Amino acid sequence: MLIFEHSKPGRTNKAQSNKTGPIPDSIPEKFLRKRPAALPDVSELQAVRHYTRLSQKNFSIDTHFYPLGSCTMKYNPRACNTLAMRPEFLKRHPSSDESLGQGFLTCMFELQEMLKDATGMSRVSLAPMAGAQGEFTGIAMIRAYHDARNDQARTEILVPDAAHGTNPATAVMCGYKVREIATKSDGDIDLEILKESLGPQTAGIMLTNPSTLGVFDRNIEQVSKMVHDAGGLLYYDGANLNAILGKVKPGDMGFDVIHMNLHKTFSTPHGGGGPGAGPVGVSERLIPFLPVPLIAQKGDQYQLLTEEDCPQSIGRLSTFMGNAGVLLRAYIYARMLGREGMKRVGEFATLNANYMMARLKEKGFTIALPERRATHEFIVTMKNETKDLGVNAMDFAKRLLDYDFHAPTTYFPLIVPECLLIEPTETESKEILDQFIETMSLIRTEAQENPEIVKNAPHTLPVKRLDDVKAARELDLVFTPGVQ
Amino acid sequence: MSEILGDLKYTKTHEWIQIMDDGTITVGISDHAQDLLGDMVFIELPELDTSYKAGDDCAVVESVKAASDIYSPISGEVIAVNESLTDTPELVNKEPYGDGWIFKMQPEERGEIENLMSASEYEEYAESEEH
Ligand SMILES: Cc1ncc(COP(=O)(O)O)c(C=O)c1O
Repeated sequence: MLIFEHSKPGRTNKAQSNKTGPIPDSIPEKFLRKRPAALPDVSELQAVRHYTRLSQKNFSIDTHFYPLGSCTMKYNPRACNTLAMRPEFLKRHPSSDESLGQGFLTCMFELQEMLKDATGMSRVSLAPMAGAQGEFTGIAMIRAYHDARNDQARTEILVPDAAHGTNPATAVMCGYKVREIATKSDGDIDLEILKESLGPQTAGIMLTNPSTLGVFDRNIEQVSKMVHDAGGLLYYDGANLNAILGKVKPGDMGFDVIHMNLHKTFSTPHGGGGPGAGPVGVSERLIPFLPVPLIAQKGDQYQLLTEEDCPQSIGRLSTFMGNAGVLLRAYIYARMLGREGMKRVGEFATLNANYMMARLKEKGFTIALPERRATHEFIVTMKNETKDLGVNAMDFAKRLLDYDFHAPTTYFPLIVPECLLIEPTETESKEILDQFIETMSLIRTEAQENPEIVKNAPHTLPVKRLDDVKAARELDLVFTPGVQ
Repeated sequence: MSEILGDLKYTKTHEWIQIMDDGTITVGISDHAQDLLGDMVFIELPELDTSYKAGDDCAVVESVKAASDIYSPISGEVIAVNESLTDTPELVNKEPYGDGWIFKMQPEERGEIENLMSASEYEEYAESEEH
């Protein structure tokens, strides 16, 4: 039920409070609404109940194991939230004088420095507000770099076929042509194809390493050398940074620009389209193009650098300091972990994934790349179950919901048929991992004995199996109850 | 097992090509391809009267699972597109070799067509790809 369906004309949220007076006439006419806002006429209690109930129907990291591959759904420590909600932070006005925001700016400066240290890049800008926006920022900087050198012949960005859809979309948004390069059956990039694809038209390459197949590309140094020799730059999609945190640095692999999804690796609240943060780090040669504001230290004061200080900057991505509240949470998380802690994050994320992979293999599931060690995530392919039992990856995913597990990522990456991309993260206990493994086994038994129960899942949730075909073909984004 | 028609040519990217009597070609995607992709929800057709080189991406098929590029099997000019797919993309699932055709082309040179796979070669290729 939508909140508008609770509405009754004339009802307000303050039946018991004093009547409000007329609108003060000091507000100029031009700022007044012509029509009342389209808000539901509900009481405060109705609004609270409505949203509390909705939240209870939801799957969340606070209530469920959430092994959504590529998304790093780890626990968000309460302390990060508590500290970031201090009134000194919440009440700071973004337009107030820098001298009044030194505490906040100190945190932001130190976050820039810590991210630099963790990734091996030369400088970081915190401005982008999502991984995808970080990608846009990165490729826009690559473009600015080639333009500044008058190298306009570079019109192509290479993207592996296993990449996340935001990679090619980003390249196209920045005016580049996308050239797809194949991944070999062992999960590494095909160097022969890479060699053929490189040339004076190459502006750069976008790589995710560890890749979305859950393996670390063993030829990364060679890839990096080949692309640089051809005059291109390397973009690092940091979605999988959690796997290598504290172990290997993208800067050392030769990358020129990277984005970090702080809502993944640095554990800020994640999902539902909520605020994210996608800071970018760059190598020496891209520093002039970083988006503003940047935070600089001058004596014992911190200040925001703007377009005037950085004339070659690609500009701004938001009015103020990106998603400041998210950045603060990531800062606190990074401070709580420290360098040593970050190393343990990478180690346990990898251990958990490899444990699950080995146990699921024992249970008879088909691992997409069985000869490779998993990074922080791995792929199970359901192609045999689909062929032999008529029960596919989506059916397994939906049935998991009945057993109180959020489903893994399904049908991504596109190059593995019937795939489930499973990422447990470092914050789960062995008991939970074992329960998930047993449940997967149980669902397979169900699929053998009574496939309909799996194919028609979920059975226990408020919303049953959706008709995705109808939803996509008859998309309706402005549904209003009672209006056809 | 999906159907592979004997008298068509095929590409590694799963397009089929039918050579018409007047020398033009009709292009669609194979039964195997539509089966892998699942229910179609949107087809972006190539631009009429536009020339493409062999291997250029010229159209997009989007299913509930994925969006996938369609590549021009040979070099040539697009002379017709299947408008009915705009409202009924499911034709690609129902009749991949019939009413689900995607576009027609005037080939630049006949030679390129000879290089495409025959039905038996495609069958072997599709099977090897599964493993
Ligand atoms: C591999 C990969 N790249 C990029 C992104 C885009 O990041 P964001 O969702 O923060 O925009 C994602 C997000 O899920 C991803 O998994």
